[in-house]
Amino acid sequence: MTTGETTPGVGSVMSSAPLRPDARVSSDVVGSGGIPGEPMPTDAMAADAMPADAMQADLALAEFLRSEGRRVVATLTRQLGDLTLAEDAVQDASLRALQAWTRDGVPENPRAWLFVSAKRRAIDILRREKTRFDKERQATIMTALAAPDDAPHDLEDDQLRLIFTCCHPALSTEAQVALSLRVLCGLTVAEVARSLLVSEQTMAKRLTRARTKIAKARIPYVVPGPDELPDRVNGVTTTVYLLFGEGYASLSDGPALRSALADEAIRLGRLLTVLLPGSPAVEGLLATMLLQHSRLPARFDANGDVVLLADQDRALWNSALINEGVALAAAAITHSPRQPARFAVTAAIAGCHALAADPSETDWLAILSWYDVLATIDPNPVVKLNRAAALAESGFPAEALAEVDALAGLDSYFWFHATRAELLARQGAAAEASVAAQRALQLTDSEPQRRLLRLRYPPVPGATSSGVPL
Amino acid sequence: MPLYAAIIYSADVDWSLPEYADETKEYMAFSESAAAVIRGGAALYPTATATTVTVQGGKGGDVVLSDGPYAETKEALTGFYLLECADLDEAIRHAATIPGAWNGAIEVRPVLPLMS
Repeated sequence: MTTGETTPGVGSVMSSAPLRPDARVSSDVVGSGGIPGEPMPTDAMAADAMPADAMQADLALAEFLRSEGRRVVATLTRQLGDLTLAEDAVQDASLRALQAWTRDGVPENPRAWLFVSAKRRAIDILRREKTRFDKERQATIMTALAAPDDAPHDLEDDQLRLIFTCCHPALSTEAQVALSLRVLCGLTVAEVARSLLVSEQTMAKRLTRARTKIAKARIPYVVPGPDELPDRVNGVTTTVYLLFGEGYASLSDGPALRSALADEAIRLGRLLTVLLPGSPAVEGLLATMLLQHSRLPARFDANGDVVLLADQDRALWNSALINEGVALAAAAITHSPRQPARFAVTAAIAGCHALAADPSETDWLAILSWYDVLATIDPNPVVKLNRAAALAESGFPAEALAEVDALAGLDSYFWFHATRAELLARQGAAAEASVAAQRALQLTDSEPQRRLLRLRYPPVPGATSSGVPL
Repeated sequence: MPLYAAIIYSADVDWSLPEYADETKEYMAFSESAAAVIRGGAALYPTATATTVTVQGGKGGDVVLSDGPYAETKEALTGFYLLECADLDEAIRHAATIPGAWNGAIEVRPVLPLMS
């Protein structure tokens, strides 16, 4: 189980169902300020009344609307200066679009259609929910709405602003990740809750709190200036990598593979390279994600079982992603030679793995020295655990086991026990390895991981999870 | 433009004593440099001078007084400023130059407009 690479996130469950806009458009909005050619929703168009192939098309449309909707939220937030209002309006507009487009087909310019419709919805919401906005705010928004239609022109700029708003350091890390999943990746509250392993109610509260803070404390909708940018980049890159980790972990949950989240994180990473060309943190982030993503086709076998790095069919690795990732990793290291950015180092490690045509060619000593650098930047026990794995692969398994045993604070961390199990097994301590594997089993919900553990470290008579027989 | 309260939590000291003259000067320097956004504020006497008032049994009930602050903490509420800023980032920029930020902590909170 020692893969010797940084493994993002822990196992999580993610629905594979495409998103539907929440059905929250009530009859009181229908009929107020409809846009030309926009039909009124009727019961006959309800999704559950559709035949199966129409349902398929409907789901594809919902998926398409999700990505368009995210972009429109970004632009509308710039215009309105209010994230919650923009989100609510786009959600309403998306539902109407789903109904209208299913019947009449997708319009020529779907984004403009959605944008105009969402603006009308925003006016409806402003009129309907007067108590939600103070007078000054209402006047500001109305003025913004009265301005001539501003078709989304500088999309990347709008989305970058939104990333920095969602990842503002005045919000907690949990809130940053949750909000980014919701707003930037377009997940529903239920999906965000599932992916972060909290109840839907807790997640709804957390999101409401974050949105309230953005609105009331006026967290600005801007890309920070040059003097603030270095501090902010750290939070943004970390959040984007956590999003990637959610996608990465969710992929291990059975046949319903879902790389949408990982793709989305990569898209955001690419967006950041537009804002910050030559930033080692951003180059490193993107390189790390691309290199890890390049192995996706080889990570599971036909049964959906985990294939360890050493056993993967390297011919399946995506060479285009590897080439791009290795070039970016090299650039990230070149741009920060003295004090490498954290992600430049993780990219270098991922690059070392990617460049080995065969597992035996892996330059473990190079990987080990990169982990030494990483441990000086980020001396946390997970980094030390990964370093120990590289130490074992470099030919020092006993020393590695001693280092792992000396680590504190990782008792509830899946990879700690999984790594120990492997190191113990290699030392010939089958009983102890089995006990460690038992502990690891308790810490993952991922079925493929569980199957792998059971197969690799079978129970040894006399060994129980409560102690090791002498 | 919205108002922010920049609430200063720091060591519970008596600003009127001469030994804090240097620190007081630092605060005066802040007041000058941030004059454009400061709409009010004050330093407070130490918590030893505090009286906590509660009305027991709800509105109209018995007034109960107790000596000292509501909650005993290592860092005390020692003063506050009212800042008028465009957004949280601007408020944070100013709050970071309040002397209490480097030997205590500044809590920045948006002020609820009383009349709207």
